[in-house]
Amino acid sequence: MSFSYSTTISKVEFPNPIFTASGCAGSGKELSHFFPLRDLGAIVTKSVMIKPRSGRATPRMAETPSGMLNSIGLQGPGIDLFLENDVPWLREQGARIIVSIAGETVEDYAVLGRKLRSVSGLSAIEVNISCPNVENRGQVFACNPDTAREAIAAVRTNIGGELPIIAKLSPDVTDIAHIATSVVEAGADGVALINTLLGMVIDTNTMAPKLSQRTGGLSGPAIRPIAVRAIYQVRAALPHTPIVGMGGVVNGRDAFELVLAGANAVSVGTATFGNPMAAISIRNELEELCISRGFTSFGDAVGYAHKG
Amino acid sequence: MVNSKAQQVQAEIISNKRIGAYNHMTFAVNELAADCKPGNFVAIAVGGEYSSMVLRRAFAICRATVRPDGIGLLELVVAPHGSGSRWLTAQQSGTKVDLIAPLGTSFGIPTEPVNTILVGGGYGSAPLFALAAVLKERGCRVDMILGASSAGKIYAPLEGKRSVNSLTITTDDGSAGITGRVSDVLPDLISMRETDIVYSCGPMAMLEAITHITQEAGIVHQCSVEESMACGIGVCMTCVLPVTGRDGVTRMTRSCIDGPVMDGNQVMWTRSREVPEGVWGR
Repeated sequence: MSFSYSTTISKVEFPNPIFTASGCAGSGKELSHFFPLRDLGAIVTKSVMIKPRSGRATPRMAETPSGMLNSIGLQGPGIDLFLENDVPWLREQGARIIVSIAGETVEDYAVLGRKLRSVSGLSAIEVNISCPNVENRGQVFACNPDTAREAIAAVRTNIGGELPIIAKLSPDVTDIAHIATSVVEAGADGVALINTLLGMVIDTNTMAPKLSQRTGGLSGPAIRPIAVRAIYQVRAALPHTPIVGMGGVVNGRDAFELVLAGANAVSVGTATFGNPMAAISIRNELEELCISRGFTSFGDAVGYAHKG
Repeated sequence: MVNSKAQQVQAEIISNKRIGAYNHMTFAVNELAADCKPGNFVAIAVGGEYSSMVLRRAFAICRATVRPDGIGLLELVVAPHGSGSRWLTAQQSGTKVDLIAPLGTSFGIPTEPVNTILVGGGYGSAPLFALAAVLKERGCRVDMILGASSAGKIYAPLEGKRSVNSLTITTDDGSAGITGRVSDVLPDLISMRETDIVYSCGPMAMLEAITHITQEAGIVHQCSVEESMACGIGVCMTCVLPVTGRDGVTRMTRSCIDGPVMDGNQVMWTRSREVPEGVWGR
């Protein structure tokens, strides 16, 4: 029997549900050395801001048990150079493109929405409202339902048209389903769960924080149970909202867990640092798992853990 | 971009010997060994199948050769400092590891026979012997300075010593060679040998000190930098340092893709925990 592996996010169909995670694949150029980018469901690009960003000083990274902390600081070329160089290149690769954007003010999100309005060849926009690395901890939009709503509304009203927008949420909140409901009301077509959690490592030799910015975002298998929980809660609250799940997925079994919790697609992030072919392996393993569990369509497995 | 020759392979450890403070390890790979140049590095997954270590470890290639039967050999010098390198050095012959190579840039080789000095700090000497061999083939004069905190941390194999015109050793504690640092002896050697190029590999503070000397002398400095990496293939953005490009713009530049070998005179050396002023996008 043939298995249907495609997945749909707000009317946009992807041939398979495995995506890159923003910030873990650049704009795909480096990974294209290892596999054709069109072999993944989509490439989610590194969150881009309005202006070029140097990012933070080093050390930007610390390995932790089954995970890592990072504090890159959204290093990037800015939206104009990104649209000039990266998007056309990705289009040439035949990749499905999800552009991730990040801002420091509501107006930033509005401007980014306008910039993307007339760009062709994009499958969706991820709105990163939850990066814990930006300078002001108080300005994490995703930690407050009102600011989360404002940021998403700013993109929605300015981007126009049919382009789906996916709000990327932080797990560093009391009630993630509440935040998810707010952004969907503000016009998000889907949500991406979960961004990194804020963490800290102190070097016991120097007796000082290991990262130059002291804190950083925790990712990797250590956070996977939190991702599963968050996806499960949001799926329960919003049965029909597309969810792009992510958080410590390193193999097909891990991806399947997120799918059973309710993810319509799964992004692979930190695993790529350990293995550039991770996303491809996960794509293959997840398909085999779905088939071996008796599913004829990937969509039937989404949220299956909620049944019965 | 990623080194165009890079391949991901299962590499078998075929020897693992303790030498002083380090382990000299040899890995059997495929024909990719022929594509490895002095300065290139490898990235190895550590910890085995159930590892809690999610990031690859990067090691400079000490020597790459292809046996007559076509098996490629990569030799690495590993300092068992952290959990990943301790795991690797504890592995026996026969163990297979997931290895990506060659990665990164290589040392630039002059087309004319010129006078060179190779400076290594600790196990930073590892890639310099293969470089010395290439430079000697080109007819270059090769003087070498190796420094470390103490004698046990000098890596200088016998055949390596023979391949250079002179070898100077410095140690902080005086347990071998001259008491002091490589930067104490470098300026005199540069003027004595009328050196054209300094090649270096070692800790960042050493590379910075050498850069001050080469800038003073007005000569080329090719250095292999050591920034901690998470991926080795250019996607994680953790191994950056400020480097001024040909366009005069200083950017936070990845040492895994645009390095590890860089023009030392173009690096904005800083030990502060801030991005220096003038860096693009600061």
